[in-house]
Amino acid sequence: MDVPQTSEVAHIGKSVVIKGELSGSEDLYVDGKVEGKIELRSHSLTVGPNGIVKADVIAKAVVIQGKLDGSINASDRVELRKTAIVTGDVTTQRVAVEEGAFLKGKVEIQKEAGKAAPASS
Amino acid sequence: MASVTDNVMRFFRSSSNPADDPAASRKITRRSSGMGEVLRLLKSQEGLCVLDMGSTSPGNIAFFTGHGHKNYSEDLLRSSLDPALRKQNDAGNSVIDSKKFLDENLLYPNAHFDVVLCWNLPDYMEESLVKPTIDRLWSVLKPGGFLLAFFHTREAGPDSTCYRYHVTDTDMLEMQEVKFAPPGRPASEKQSPRLQRVFNNRHIETLFRDFASIKFFLARDSIREVLVVR
Repeated sequence: MDVPQTSEVAHIGKSVVIKGELSGSEDLYVDGKVEGKIELRSHSLTVGPNGIVKADVIAKAVVIQGKLDGSINASDRVELRKTAIVTGDVTTQRVAVEEGAFLKGKVEIQKEAGKAAPASS
Repeated sequence: MASVTDNVMRFFRSSSNPADDPAASRKITRRSSGMGEVLRLLKSQEGLCVLDMGSTSPGNIAFFTGHGHKNYSEDLLRSSLDPALRKQNDAGNSVIDSKKFLDENLLYPNAHFDVVLCWNLPDYMEESLVKPTIDRLWSVLKPGGFLLAFFHTREAGPDSTCYRYHVTDTDMLEMQEVKFAPPGRPASEKQSPRLQRVFNNRHIETLFRDFASIKFFLARDSIREVLVVR
């Protein structure tokens, strides 16, 4: 389980429920419920195995282990781990999907200017 | 009267071992003439919209996006087993609500996709959903767009394995047995979907009668590949 250990990561624990708009300038780990919108333009979002997110997400990097219902726009990369259940469109430069992950939606690779954009599994 | 659970369970093979079988993740390969034709299109252009209707495949996502296409994943077989889609008809029998099913799935603009990979979906899906689903696929395909589907022949038998398909760089497809837990059951009770019926050529032609052309490829493994063009 990828629980971030540094103090630079904000945690939303599994008993926490948040409705509204979340934005910030540090990495965020969500293991609770979030409904609304999440914006972390220069930072990463990790949805833990217990996390249930119903929100459109804008971040640098997004890692999903739990459930996400909404679009993901990540300027760098998206990782769907084997327990991920994602309903929504994914737009990013690089995407990695583990065997067992469930995705209902579009994956579109946005190339960085002047570079190719490989996808890996 | 059969319960909703009973109705959903008939879509799974009773002969399956409910335990999570490591062999289920083993991949085997088969040559696909239909996929070979689709690949020629996918390799000759970029930016195509591809709808993959099998179980989410990391390899397919990597392949399509790696070739500069937009990959859409929608596991329609699993969605069709949602107990919330079932309703009682006038006779009190549990039936699937095909209108609700299409209100919740395959929601794309008209003429959106260049390629739809239907795989073996029609053979495993509830019969009342097959025609409405194909009609919706006709709408979301672009004129000239390809749809690839696989149909079992009668020789396949009722216990024919349900596979998911992974695209490779050639006309060889990798196949992996599909197993998932029925709705409301724990993940440890993974089972294989059961073949619901066998379409003959006439049925298949009727199913795709609105399409501009249809091409059959008969393979040795009791599968007819069908490539249709809108």
